[in-house]
Amino acid sequence: MNFQLSEQHRLVRDMARDFAAGEIAPHAEEMDRTHAFPTEILEKAKGLGLLGIVVPEEYGGAGMDFLSYIIILEEIGRVCASTCVILSVHNTLFIGGLLKFGSEEQKRAWLPRAASGEILGAYLLTEPGAGSDAGSLKLRAKKVEGGWRLTGSKSFITNGGVASHGIVYGRTDPEAGTRGISAFLFDMDAEGVTRGAEEKKMGLNASSTVQVTFEDVFVPEENLLGEENRGFPVAMEILNAGRIGIAAQALGIAQAALDESVAYSGQREQFGTTINRFQSIQWFLSEMATEIEAARLLIYRAAVAYGEGRRVIKEAAMAKLFASAACMRAVDKAVQIHGGYGYTRDYKVERLFRDAKVTEIYEGTSEVQRIVIARALAAS
Amino acid sequence: MKIAVLVKQVADTAAKIELQPDGSAVKLDDVQKVLNPYDEFAVEAAIQLKEKDGGEVTVVNVGPDSADEAVKTALAMGCDRAVVLRDGEAQGLDPAGTAAVLAAMLAREEFDLVLCGKQAVDDDAHLVGPAVAERLDLPVATFATSLEVADGKAVVGRDADGIRETLAVPLPAVLTCQKGLNEPRYPSLPGIMQAARKPKDVVTLADLGMNPEPRVARQGMTLPPPRAEGKVLSGEIPDQVKELVQLLRNEARAV
Repeated sequence: MNFQLSEQHRLVRDMARDFAAGEIAPHAEEMDRTHAFPTEILEKAKGLGLLGIVVPEEYGGAGMDFLSYIIILEEIGRVCASTCVILSVHNTLFIGGLLKFGSEEQKRAWLPRAASGEILGAYLLTEPGAGSDAGSLKLRAKKVEGGWRLTGSKSFITNGGVASHGIVYGRTDPEAGTRGISAFLFDMDAEGVTRGAEEKKMGLNASSTVQVTFEDVFVPEENLLGEENRGFPVAMEILNAGRIGIAAQALGIAQAALDESVAYSGQREQFGTTINRFQSIQWFLSEMATEIEAARLLIYRAAVAYGEGRRVIKEAAMAKLFASAACMRAVDKAVQIHGGYGYTRDYKVERLFRDAKVTEIYEGTSEVQRIVIARALAAS
Repeated sequence: MKIAVLVKQVADTAAKIELQPDGSAVKLDDVQKVLNPYDEFAVEAAIQLKEKDGGEVTVVNVGPDSADEAVKTALAMGCDRAVVLRDGEAQGLDPAGTAAVLAAMLAREEFDLVLCGKQAVDDDAHLVGPAVAERLDLPVATFATSLEVADGKAVVGRDADGIRETLAVPLPAVLTCQKGLNEPRYPSLPGIMQAARKPKDVVTLADLGMNPEPRVARQGMTLPPPRAEGKVLSGEIPDQVKELVQLLRNEARAV
């Protein structure tokens, strides 16, 4: 068991770290303040292969392993959680769905454009009435000549305001519960698709999050992803990888919180000394650092196993559950260490605090993760 | 055009430097190492020339095994192949000795242009580029901040204390690169994947028929004294100015 990153992984990490520091970090605070979508950053990211990290080279991607992808997400998450989730939804959920469930024709038709970033993907599962209970989704996919017509609403869709295409889940059989759901590739600019207003979120301000409504939107036969009525298992499988990705985002945020806190506490003086000489601050820092290392190991273990094609339902859930909780504890301590300054927008930890919370919620709440883990334990 | 780029792996300038207990060398084991930033300008310049006029870029390195990562970075940026010297006997070489070895490696092929950074940010010696040129009996221009190649000549712009010079250097030649020459690209992800597959020739001192001895011996190293606390002046501004001038003249001896 080797706990060291390989030379290749170190090169990837260094590249991602340099890119994040050079191209994203100078704009992160402003993007958070103005809610500006990182269009220029994404253009640069496209040129470096960051929109198709795990897409095989034969389909125009970088052909990297899943661990490399997770390493990149952490480095970007450290600098801008918004840019991280934009890339994560595109790479893990949209491209991930195509890779795992697309036919050869679909892969050839969609992957090269997704890997180059010509397509920016979104993932439409959640509805106003179906969050954790995704299986109760209501968007109707009615069979018509040559395809289906979709009617309904999806909510909290990341990239929804700007994406060119997406994977949407609809009910093809109203009587069959989770066995009546199908997954479709679709064009976000198709007739009948309406993008709603941006949600007024607590954080992830540079990420577009909107409601998307469908009115009789036509999707052709060839856009069915996987088998009809077998969409729910597709969704669940894709979410596995998604969990590890969000865990990496949470890890990045936590690491940033630690880095800021170590620096600040080494400069801030009170009572005649830098505050990092006080035991209370030292204990904050050591707890943050230890939990970050633990989260990293859980995430890497899940990422390596997923990349090798092994079952990771329990491991992915553990990684997300722990990393997001550790992240929340880290940003809480970070603001505390910064004192009053940490409560102002002049200090990075204020944004980290706001960005962190959603990692315990989306792509499966922490409560759902606990149930997933318990079920996996019971089954073994 | 066949271009060679000489690269060195150095400690990251942001890293905290510690010395070995006997003061003989820097402790490098746990320090983050990077491709020498000035060599990045050379790599970028070489790749740009190749992209414009075609040809091949070879990255050349003398160093320990850990330097493979710096070489890989250069390959990932877009160099085509690597030639590296890996030999325990080369460990104690001074810059002139390193230059002798590099020149021997370069002499085995016919390069039209040899590029390198003007200095390595660890020892700041500024020696290797000109020493290699001398060994190969090639013209050399240093601190290039602009570079164009046409009609068998390199047109090099450089800044020298208030003037800007433009030199025409007939090829083959050695040029050292200065900040401002270009913006080195990030290695792309496909580039990183391809780097692993690019050819790398490994040579030893025996292959070169060399047994170089350092001609300059390092006697020791010490860390610089910690920066003293600054002084904050107070009082009326005109009085502060008088005190500042007096301090600059008599204490700092800066004016």
